[in-house]
Amino acid sequence: MSLTTAHSVVAPSANSKRIAGVIIVAYALISIVPLLWIFATSFKTPPDSIAYPPKIVFQPSLEGYCNLFTTRTRQTPEYINSLGPATGLCDATVRKRNMVIAGPSNFVPRFVNSLIIAFGSTFCAVFLGTLSAYGFSRFKVPLADDLLFFILSTRFMPPIAVAIPIYLMYRELGLSDTALGMILLYTAVNVSLAVWLLKGFIDEIPREYEEAAMIDGYTRLQAFWRTVLPQATTGIAATAIFCLIFAWNEYAFAALLTSGTAQTAPPFIPTIIGEGGQDWPAVAAGTTIFLVPILVFTILLRKQLLRGITFGAVRK
Amino acid sequence: MLNRTADNVARATPEPLAKRIRGISDKGLAWLFISPTILLLLAINIFPLFWAIYLSFTNYRANRPNEVVKNLGLANYQRILGDQDIWIAMQTTAHFVFWTILLQTVIGFTLAWLIDRKFRGHAFWTTIILVPMMLSPAVVGNFWRFLYEPQIGLFSYVISFVTGIPPTNVQMLSNVELAPWAIIIVDTWMWTPYVMLICLAGLRSIPEYIYEAAEVDRASNWRQFWSITLPMALPFIMLAVLFRGIENFKMFDMVNLLTGGGPGSTTEVASITLKRQAFESWRTGYSSAFAIILFVAVFGLANIYVKALNKVKQR
Repeated sequence: MSLTTAHSVVAPSANSKRIAGVIIVAYALISIVPLLWIFATSFKTPPDSIAYPPKIVFQPSLEGYCNLFTTRTRQTPEYINSLGPATGLCDATVRKRNMVIAGPSNFVPRFVNSLIIAFGSTFCAVFLGTLSAYGFSRFKVPLADDLLFFILSTRFMPPIAVAIPIYLMYRELGLSDTALGMILLYTAVNVSLAVWLLKGFIDEIPREYEEAAMIDGYTRLQAFWRTVLPQATTGIAATAIFCLIFAWNEYAFAALLTSGTAQTAPPFIPTIIGEGGQDWPAVAAGTTIFLVPILVFTILLRKQLLRGITFGAVRK
Repeated sequence: MLNRTADNVARATPEPLAKRIRGISDKGLAWLFISPTILLLLAINIFPLFWAIYLSFTNYRANRPNEVVKNLGLANYQRILGDQDIWIAMQTTAHFVFWTILLQTVIGFTLAWLIDRKFRGHAFWTTIILVPMMLSPAVVGNFWRFLYEPQIGLFSYVISFVTGIPPTNVQMLSNVELAPWAIIIVDTWMWTPYVMLICLAGLRSIPEYIYEAAEVDRASNWRQFWSITLPMALPFIMLAVLFRGIENFKMFDMVNLLTGGGPGSTTEVASITLKRQAFESWRTGYSSAFAIILFVAVFGLANIYVKALNKVKQR
């Protein structure tokens, strides 16, 4: 009856819903402009990308992608004319700028490094994490709380602080700038997340299932394998995606501990330069290719997101 | 309890099966499952930590591994505590942490509060808002350098369009006054969704009947917000602040790519100082001491904070 009832949180009024909706949609649209701009820039030519005022409407071009995947050298028009017809789209695009393709760029190897290191470390972290989480969830481990806190506390260190001794240790062990070294390091960082998340998921699986399986004659190990694991699949998958995203996005360790053969995409992308400065369409193209998998994963994960970002502290 | 069940089962079943069940004890299995993780963390986290503690008492330089290492005792720590540059870096970090957390908490909570109205399509728009926080801060932060370019950058263009300041004068990254804010803006853009998501969980955890009771008592909306919504969501807000606080105290990637600590040292947060000392000046011993101080600071502050958080929760 009264105004307060109409506006209460118990039943938000149509009006308050509408205003809330408008503000949220406006925020969402503004906040994705930078991402849309990355996508748009990747299809601009270098002159279009640095036009003033910034161009919203432009002729799409694949030059950014061509520049991302190749290295080029400047040649005289006479030399370019002396070559046969262009062998492909990129070849033709590049020749218009008086350049010829000199070879592939480092983007593909760096991207492959990112894949190897991210998947390798995710597999290890989830494997170790599942075992430990089961151990902490089902057995009386002495000092369990202290151990769990110890596992988490390894995340309090600033990455640069960790990188100093790791740098020295890897130099001694010959692990500097190797995929194995990076996999070990990312596994160590991710395992804390994996243990905490998976412990939450496994805690939610009723113990009765295993007890029933064990009464049926399974050993504890078999019961774990045949009843707990299948039930924890969703949790394991969500945990794996979180680990994957962390390893995929990580920059500080990669920038300090890798320089060549094992360098991942995040430290590589900012170094893409063209003639006279940063080649923004190529950077945007690399960024776009780099971000797409994460976008897909974010949509897949949206129900588990809250749990993942709070180390399982908040569950819905 | 479980052990007893297993034992009873074992006793009740014929020999070979009982042996299989007893084969590996629960205790043995627990350690078998947990020890690999602990060993990995000991090797990759704890051993290096102790190494860093050792180095922090020496004058070791990683670029001159063959030089004789001298034990300096506490000299590195004394020098750090008296070093003007370190204190400036700590102030820069504090400024960055304070403003990012304030902005993210206020905006994030407001967004969550609005989303909680459950207007049509709120799930879709929530997902859109969440996207920036999942992306690589380094790769996306790097692209913000382009958005911040004077004239040609979209951000600078919009600012000069709205405010009328000549486009060449909007120098977000090279102006001493603006550069710290340029970083705060990107961080807030990226991580507000994080705070929002946690606040949303907090708001949804408040049972309806409390509001219904408040309605019966004819409490005003204002009153309901201040005495129900905010206090009940507070533990969640505090949790979000804790996570963001730790992360931003460690902030490295975005700052390194956007400004590299510049212009001058106006955006040189602690991690950047640490990187400059450790990997550019190669003062390994000195920077190890600084790393230990930072670690103790984060750990100590986080501990105090968690105690406060638990008190609020218990209320």
